[in-house]
Amino acid sequence: MKMRHPVEREKNELNMTSMIDIVFLLLVFFVMTFKIVEMEGDFSIRMPLAGSGGATSDVTDLPLKLRLRADNQGRLTSMSLNEINLGNDFDQLRANVISLVGTDAPAEGEEGPEIEIDTDYNLRYAYVIQAITAVSGYRDETDQVVKLIERIKFAKPRR
Amino acid sequence: MRVKSNKPDLAEGDLTPMIDMTFQLIAFFMVLINFSQTESNERVVLPSSQLVKPPEAPLDFPIILHVAQDGEIILGGESYTTETLSTGLRRELAVMRAEKKSASDANVIIRGHQDVAAGEIQEIIRVAQENELERFALRAKEDRS
Repeated sequence: MKMRHPVEREKNELNMTSMIDIVFLLLVFFVMTFKIVEMEGDFSIRMPLAGSGGATSDVTDLPLKLRLRADNQGRLTSMSLNEINLGNDFDQLRANVISLVGTDAPAEGEEGPEIEIDTDYNLRYAYVIQAITAVSGYRDETDQVVKLIERIKFAKPRR
Repeated sequence: MRVKSNKPDLAEGDLTPMIDMTFQLIAFFMVLINFSQTESNERVVLPSSQLVKPPEAPLDFPIILHVAQDGEIILGGESYTTETLSTGLRRELAVMRAEKKSASDANVIIRGHQDVAAGEIQEIIRVAQENELERFALRAKEDRS
């Protein structure tokens, strides 16, 4: 009797194991090295060494003076802008800056108002950045940045 | 006559969707991976500001100074204090001069920890000024709240 084998279709299957191994290794590598990067930006400050730039001759060119005082823990205790005491309210600082320089767009480069920040040595840096934010500008209702003072410099460090 | 095959039944799952998904995940991570780890340091938590925006173009000739909470300065993977920072800055400036650039062309990016004493940042700026550097960028993270 003739027995007929059922016609077996030859399967040309690739061996996927090694590829899947490598793919998973790649996946693990990327997952382990993945890091969510926070968006960062800069406050640009041009501060040549005193004496190397042009000397300030006009009294009206004198910079505004912002004094920041700290307690022993480095917390902000008080601020004063041109001897006007502002407590530790950055909104009040911004309002005073607006009243002094106006909201017109500052001139680029060497023109425009300038502010000198004189801070206690141990004041936490975050407060300085908050102060710089307050004097640099603000966001209006349409989320556009209104610039106030772009020329910022630091006084000599107080030891 | 019926002849039974002795071959065991292999229950083969269909791997195609899994491989599809895995490749998509790999593509996702490859696109998002950030290789510029030199610009960040795990010891520095930046202060936040509502005004800063990511720069549209990277700054020219950046010298990145990481300032940890204790005032330690990290430049190019090496630690400095405000007293020894000049050595590191001079090394960076030597590289710039080899490229026919002056110190005033460099941008000193200061990535200070939010709780470091502000005086330490002022000292760093003073040391950099003594080395004829005059452009500084105080880095902060974007606060969208």
